[in-house]
Amino acid sequence: MINRITIIALCLGLTGYAHSSEDVEHLHKDIEQVKKQYIEVKQQLDAAMTAMEKSNNPSSSNSKTHIGGYGELHYNNLDNKNPGGSDKNEIDFHRFVLMFSHEFSDSIRFVSELELEHALTRDTADGSGEGEVELEQAYIEFDLSETSTAKAGVFLVPVGIINETHEPPTFYGVERNNVEKNIVPSTWWEAGAAYSIRLDSGISLDVAAHSGLNTSSSSNYAVRSGRQKSAKAAADDLAYTVRLKWSGVPGLELATTLQHQSDITQGTDSTAGSANLIEAHAVWQKGPFNLRALYATWDLDGSGPASVGADEQTGWYVEPSFRINEQWGVFARYNEWDNRASDATDSEYSQVDVGLNYWPHEDVVLKIDYQDQDAPTGSSEYDGINIGVGYQF
Amino acid sequence: MRKYFIFILLVVTTIIQARGIYQHPDAFLDDVFNGEIPKPKFVWFTGENGKKVTSILKHKPASLRTRYWLQGKRSIWILEEIGKEKLITTGIVINDNQIEKVKVLIFRESRGWEIKRNAFTQQFKNATLTSDDKLSTRIDGISGATLSVKAVTRLSRLALYLHSLVVQPDEK
Repeated sequence: MINRITIIALCLGLTGYAHSSEDVEHLHKDIEQVKKQYIEVKQQLDAAMTAMEKSNNPSSSNSKTHIGGYGELHYNNLDNKNPGGSDKNEIDFHRFVLMFSHEFSDSIRFVSELELEHALTRDTADGSGEGEVELEQAYIEFDLSETSTAKAGVFLVPVGIINETHEPPTFYGVERNNVEKNIVPSTWWEAGAAYSIRLDSGISLDVAAHSGLNTSSSSNYAVRSGRQKSAKAAADDLAYTVRLKWSGVPGLELATTLQHQSDITQGTDSTAGSANLIEAHAVWQKGPFNLRALYATWDLDGSGPASVGADEQTGWYVEPSFRINEQWGVFARYNEWDNRASDATDSEYSQVDVGLNYWPHEDVVLKIDYQDQDAPTGSSEYDGINIGVGYQF
Repeated sequence: MRKYFIFILLVVTTIIQARGIYQHPDAFLDDVFNGEIPKPKFVWFTGENGKKVTSILKHKPASLRTRYWLQGKRSIWILEEIGKEKLITTGIVINDNQIEKVKVLIFRESRGWEIKRNAFTQQFKNATLTSDDKLSTRIDGISGATLSVKAVTRLSRLALYLHSLVVQPDEK
């Protein structure tokens, strides 16, 4: 519009100097010349803009490799209520994660997650040290159709709420909940192959065959101690996982995972054998309200696990939360878990958490919470405050 | 076991197809305009417009302008925004300052595919822009896809704002 007005104004201005038909003719020629130049400049500008937009477009071929990551710093100020037990007053950069992904083509991609836990690794003779470097994900994913994919490599086991989605801004509480930590056991990754199908009805199905756990009597067959982390992992006995998820209504997710371990000690303990995990959870968000609830239980075969009550390992939690606005949210959580649940020995933990999250940006979070734990007699029982800062990109 | 894996490999290598392209943008336009797609126009993100667009997206726009298609008081926008890592391409139809339709056309993320479902995008229908540039309707999220949900919500707010720039008051 402005350019048209400019041309007309130019035209009117020039006509003021026209005193003869020859001048008028010259003027017409000039106007035509200006019009032509205007169209040419506009076309050149359009072409330049289009080229620039193509080169800047993150989905163009220039940006097939992506770097992401997340991290979290924790401060724990916890009193140990067990007589003689040590308090836990520490500050720890718990997780520093870099994620690299690459698109080989529209249908084949690489996904990875490399994590430094506890900020430092040390080459010690006995392998002990403050932290670990962990390859939690490294797989190739193939799109088989619009609704199905297959992947092979190291991947997160499809189970629970936070095992696959655990970036700090996505959950409440400084530390991840103890039920998924000790029973699921999150973060849990294995090496193998998986197939997923997603239907428009909101149903998705994941099927995976992968390396299994390798626990032992020295840890009372606790499932968390059996994670091999895909490091020269014993693969005598594989495990098989199936997850069925329904998210047919916005804000609601219902899911269950079943897993069979052929031998949870990888054949090293004749008093132990196969194991089965059943996990179910619900996530419901309605407006500012959010509710998470999860139940998980293990059934371990063999006289070994039964002798220490570890043939049943079970836990559950419920977590209501309220998002006050975009920046602030509050939550409460009740957790119960027991890795030696089948005998009469007191081995059950419970914990109440209350706290708040503050998001100064949707990818950055500051957290504070208070935990009140009940532990079995003679075990560490931590009560106190946790403060954290986390991010993702 | 070996035969089993060879079978899987064969399946994978023979029927690989592109995922995530639910509808090509051209096909979306074709649907909206019943095959008679008007010539696109451009709106520039300069001056105050640029500031407002930056405020809605919470970052500077990737380009200096965007295309749109106008038909009476309907405007159609093909907009892109990153969810967690990858761009989500979304088609948005605005009619008389209300959202008529939101459709996820291309989804490239590994998680959060549920946002393409009609059950999710239907929530945007009839939403308008409030005085503080929010949607008049609350959008229920998807577990594990928070960033993708926010990205589509931002694009919907952006389309409503851009519509208010290109449709003159007497045309509304």
